[in-house]
Amino acid sequence: MLRDITLGQYYQADSIIHRLDPRVKLGSTIIFIISLFLFNGAAGYLVAAVFLALVIKLSRVPFRFMIKGMKAILFLLMITVVFNLFLTPGEPLIRVWTLTITKEGVRLAILLAMRLSFLIIGSSVMTLTTTPNQLTDGMEKMLGPLKKIKVPVHEIAMMMSIALRFIPILMEETDKIMKAQLARGADFESGNLIKKAKSLVPLLVPLFISAFRRANDLAMAMEARCYRGGEYRTKMKPLHYGRKDWIAYIMVGSYLIIGILASKFLPIVAGEIIARFWS
Amino acid sequence: MGIIEVKDLVYEYIRRDEEGNVEGITTAVDDVNLDIAQGDFVAILGHNGSGKSTLAKHLNAILYPAEGTVWVDGKDTKQDQYLWDIRQTAGMVFQNPDNQIIGQMVEEDVGFGPENMGVPTKEIWERVEESLKAVGMYEFRKSSPNKLSGGQKQRVSIAGVIAMHPKCIILDEPTAMLDPKGRKEVIRAVRALNDVERITVILITHYMEEVIYADRVYVMDKGKITLQGTPREVFSEVDRLRDLRLDVPQVTVLAHELRKEGFPIPRGILTKQEFREAIDQCRQML
Repeated sequence: MLRDITLGQYYQADSIIHRLDPRVKLGSTIIFIISLFLFNGAAGYLVAAVFLALVIKLSRVPFRFMIKGMKAILFLLMITVVFNLFLTPGEPLIRVWTLTITKEGVRLAILLAMRLSFLIIGSSVMTLTTTPNQLTDGMEKMLGPLKKIKVPVHEIAMMMSIALRFIPILMEETDKIMKAQLARGADFESGNLIKKAKSLVPLLVPLFISAFRRANDLAMAMEARCYRGGEYRTKMKPLHYGRKDWIAYIMVGSYLIIGILASKFLPIVAGEIIARFWS
Repeated sequence: MGIIEVKDLVYEYIRRDEEGNVEGITTAVDDVNLDIAQGDFVAILGHNGSGKSTLAKHLNAILYPAEGTVWVDGKDTKQDQYLWDIRQTAGMVFQNPDNQIIGQMVEEDVGFGPENMGVPTKEIWERVEESLKAVGMYEFRKSSPNKLSGGQKQRVSIAGVIAMHPKCIILDEPTAMLDPKGRKEVIRAVRALNDVERITVILITHYMEEVIYADRVYVMDKGKITLQGTPREVFSEVDRLRDLRLDVPQVTVLAHELRKEGFPIPRGILTKQEFREAIDQCRQML
């Protein structure tokens, strides 16, 4: 059971989005998130929705996988919507008992709900189309300039990728220790929260000891294979920007510009049209 | 001088109590001498705690001698400037396959060694392909190591070492955690490397069946080398081996017991085939 867990939530498919350089995907996701905070009206969000839909279509990942990520924040989303709906001061729309729903509240609630869901879906697109390994590679390369101010970028990336490699192994080990303890009468299920937490101690101690032993072995194996940090190191799969990567950057850039322009001018244009239509 | 030469090697583990005072000293390797020629298949046998793993760790400069000297390809392991040369010349495969695979994909793990050595990208790919083919794991190059069996993981570890183009590979109990099938796979891969690529192999093990193909066998006990010779010479000392708590192959024991009872059977029978021939001869004579 534990052997089959996939890390992160990578979805294997062959699409242009999958083939993009991880740096492009990281950068674009950041730009997309920033754009969500820059846009403040319906027009901007319309542009964002169209852009997101286009990327999802290109990625060939079924839409239900994008929605999966939403489940985790559903509760947070509800709270945000409810609080904004009832607690925003302004022009009252409906009054139920002591609670008032204002016009501003409705607007803010819709805006925040959209912002949050776009944010989650947007980052899901990145994690669904990029393997954890590509992500660490991309981060290492992007943060490269920080080496100048003595940030151990290579080491951080190496730690992340080793952690990713060992999570399934440690999960399997936890399972094994748990079964061994259960066989000798341990009880992980019953009791209140504190009791349950206490019963985890005999599970965690052997797990930690074994993790340290593994770390020790791994360090020795890495040294035996000439590992000496990031210096002199070459890459088996180096990152190179290709034509499609530059095109992607241009597209994301133009998305941002169109979004900003739209949220500035579209309401004016729309107002104008409506005014003319009325008269 | 051979590819690996060990002279008067002594290594001590110092046990300390909580304040850091010396509680006792265990001599793990005691006055060991070895001379291994290029292209040899050498086996080092010994039960747990005999010092065989400690000795192995000296051969690629993970441990440094307390006394004596180790030369790998003519280079003294104590000299820091040779450290990376030595680790590249003498590759090492460890016991637990899970704790030595670094990559999340088979091919990435095999490429790890060459990456560290600064091999150009194109050549890394060539080396990865050739090493994976040498151990018969090429079709698994895109798999996750977590999905492989023990024997397959250990073959990937071996490929990871060969990709560094070593002259010598040291295997520190590579089969201890494997099932019989996995053990066979690994030993077959190791023998092929020795036969085809002429890589020097130093196999450390406590499974006797694995050493019958070796050119030379060393048996260790309490840090010292107590027996050495060809497998046949070593296996004719059945009683000595039993005293050292080593399991002698069943055929060898049977032949030995029959010999003791006065049957005309030669010393040091290693395989069932040899035993069958010996019995046939025996029957003709009687």
